[in-house]
Amino acid sequence: MVEQLSPLGDAWKPGAHGRMLGGAGVTLVETRPGSIVQLAAWRGEEKTIIDTIRDVSGLALADGAGAGVAEASRAAFGFAPGKFLVVDQAEGLGATYRAAITTDHGAVTDLSHGRTAIRLSGQRAEWVLAKFFALDFSLAAFPVGLGVSTAHHDVFAQIQRTGADQFDLYVFRSFARAFWTSLCHASEEVGYEVR
Amino acid sequence: MIITCPYCGPRDLVEFSYQGDGNRTRPDPASTDQATWNDYVYDRINTAGDHREIWQHAGGCRVHLTVVRSTLTHEIRSVALTRDAGHRRSGGHRRAEAGDSTGPVSGSAEAQP
Ligand SMILES: [Zn+2]
Repeated sequence: MVEQLSPLGDAWKPGAHGRMLGGAGVTLVETRPGSIVQLAAWRGEEKTIIDTIRDVSGLALADGAGAGVAEASRAAFGFAPGKFLVVDQAEGLGATYRAAITTDHGAVTDLSHGRTAIRLSGQRAEWVLAKFFALDFSLAAFPVGLGVSTAHHDVFAQIQRTGADQFDLYVFRSFARAFWTSLCHASEEVGYEVR
Repeated sequence: MIITCPYCGPRDLVEFSYQGDGNRTRPDPASTDQATWNDYVYDRINTAGDHREIWQHAGGCRVHLTVVRSTLTHEIRSVALTRDAGHRRSGGHRRAEAGDSTGPVSGSAEAQP
């Protein structure tokens, strides 16, 4: 097992920061999944991939744009037509999916070392994210489980709502430190805790 | 300007990249017909009104979209995945026959997916 090295480096400063008035408005965590895998279905094979996600990860995705499911240690969501991101705290998911999905049905790309996962949670999570992305983060428009693809000044981001006041963000590893720092700056006014 | 991606929903213009005029098709790469290539590379309808164009949702799902947009008002008439909207078949719009379904489109003829 390879020891994971966070790209956040010294930008990861555990503890309470910013304008803490009666507690932190948001909490920032790097969740460090062992596996981040992208699955792409050939046209007409979307259902096959959705079935495979159910069989391998135990996550039953609805057939619809951005549909997803999040559990404590694993999650999956659609982020583009026929494309899905599957995440697991355990390592080795890429190899499992490569064995399960043949080239007749689609393609498997292991992004475990290519993405950094950041969890933003708390009462002011929607507020902080709305500073970055021109999306409606309200629970009605962005229900739990839903995933989206978007970008903040060319920093590509995939976002899944994994709780009523919790979002998991996936950004390119090479942009992660800068993006994390931006998240910290944007969270100062509501007070934030880094764990 | 907001473009409603069929997959992602309404998104701001900054997430999209313009990929060019959607009223033309690249000629056969083996073709050495200069008129055909000239038509493809240089000739444009230069529409004042509904114009078919290709956009990529580069800051989102990254699919290519066929958008019919009014060049007068920026009003978006329709958006479809380019893979569903079909390809332009003619070598160039100036060659399109009247009534040819492969000719330049008007927005009203475009169907939502
Ligand atoms: Zn899109």
